[in-house]
Amino acid sequence: MILIIDYNIGNLYSVYNMFKYLGINSKISSSLNDIKIADKLILPGVGHFKTGMENLVQTNLIDTLNEEVLIKKKPILGICLGMHLMTKHSDEGDYNGLGWVDATTRKFQISESLKVPHIGWNDLSYKKASLLNDNISANLRYYFVHSYHVQCNQQADVLATSMYGHEFVAAFQHENIYGVQFHPEKSHKYGIELLRNFNKI
Amino acid sequence: MSLRPRVIPVLLLQNGGLVKTYRFKQPKYVGDPINAVKIFNEKEVDELLLLDISCSINQTVPDYNLILKIVSEAFMPVGYGGGIKTADQAKRIFDLGIEKIILNTALQSNPDLISNISSIYGSSSVVANIDYKKNIFGKYRVYFKSGTVKSDYNPIEWALKLQEAGAGEIILNNIDREGTYSGYDVELLLTISRKISLPVVISGGASSMKDFKKAFECGASGMAAGSLFIYKRPHNAVLISYPSADDFKSIYY
Repeated sequence: MILIIDYNIGNLYSVYNMFKYLGINSKISSSLNDIKIADKLILPGVGHFKTGMENLVQTNLIDTLNEEVLIKKKPILGICLGMHLMTKHSDEGDYNGLGWVDATTRKFQISESLKVPHIGWNDLSYKKASLLNDNISANLRYYFVHSYHVQCNQQADVLATSMYGHEFVAAFQHENIYGVQFHPEKSHKYGIELLRNFNKI
Repeated sequence: MSLRPRVIPVLLLQNGGLVKTYRFKQPKYVGDPINAVKIFNEKEVDELLLLDISCSINQTVPDYNLILKIVSEAFMPVGYGGGIKTADQAKRIFDLGIEKIILNTALQSNPDLISNISSIYGSSSVVANIDYKKNIFGKYRVYFKSGTVKSDYNPIEWALKLQEAGAGEIILNNIDREGTYSGYDVELLLTISRKISLPVVISGGASSMKDFKKAFECGASGMAAGSLFIYKRPHNAVLISYPSADDFKSIYY
């Protein structure tokens, strides 16, 4: 069972809807026991970084998540804000994150006439092979909506990049920890492939 | 730059059905919204906008059951507008799987609603819609309640105010062009997109791919269209369509 972690932040049901459509067993929950018995975890999220971290503290999830992810090495996928929360620190609210991946979350600083937030469909350039992008289609496109982006301190963690004014990390992978800036649950068949792959990890 | 502007079908809801209006009037039933979403899903549309036009006029709350049925079939980003007056209502809608909420009427008396929601869900999730018309003296004025209540706001100053209030995106909707296939109001788009830093989605009047190209050149980040994707001209028979990837290539690449 894939557990979609409920920490009182939006965008839980769109992920759940997608798994349901794919016939993959998933559950939305904030129960510590559910997190422990789940095969895999999803850390979704739309919203503010500081609120996200505060909610993780308030829902008392951090110790259990640290144990499942860092010690038991359970596969976890962070989506958008969920990916940001996996980093050490974010400019958004000047706040520390879970620190699972050696990376920071930065505000887009674009000098060109590009608008922030970056909203829309963009393509990726994969930098390494992983189980998440195994056998993935060519000419793929994913839906992005974000004002902040991740900077990895370890190049080896960068799974894919995309371009908006400058190159930014669109996906990372560090051991069992995966993060995507885009929304696979809202990216048609391209996202379906990726979530199917995550289910197979 | 691989990013192309979004082309967004607009679905108008009224009492649970899918309708299409002409200059915000004469709502005509055109089918079942869930069926329409399934078709748009197959066509891999960039995004969908759902606007429930019955809410602000009838002063009703959002139809959560209908929204849930629709988003369960939508594997693209979906924005919802109609009847949202409180942050709690916005939360309920986000919890159904909607990516963006669209505010309009409630902002007239409560622009702080934007920051109440964006402080929790992020500014990218909060879209402000501006319905406007040109009056007989050629002056632009903002309207609320599905175009039924006129205000003294000029859309340019209103857009700046909404940006300041923390909106993540602005939809500019020209009431007089809606449903008319007369092309977008690129004049106002050009002015507003130069004055505000937020992404602007233009709506009202789309008739062809050329209109998308023109709006893109005038600073639009997204182009919304209703009739163009719901009707087949010349007789406005209901036939859902959407440009193919090749159609887009011919315009933007």
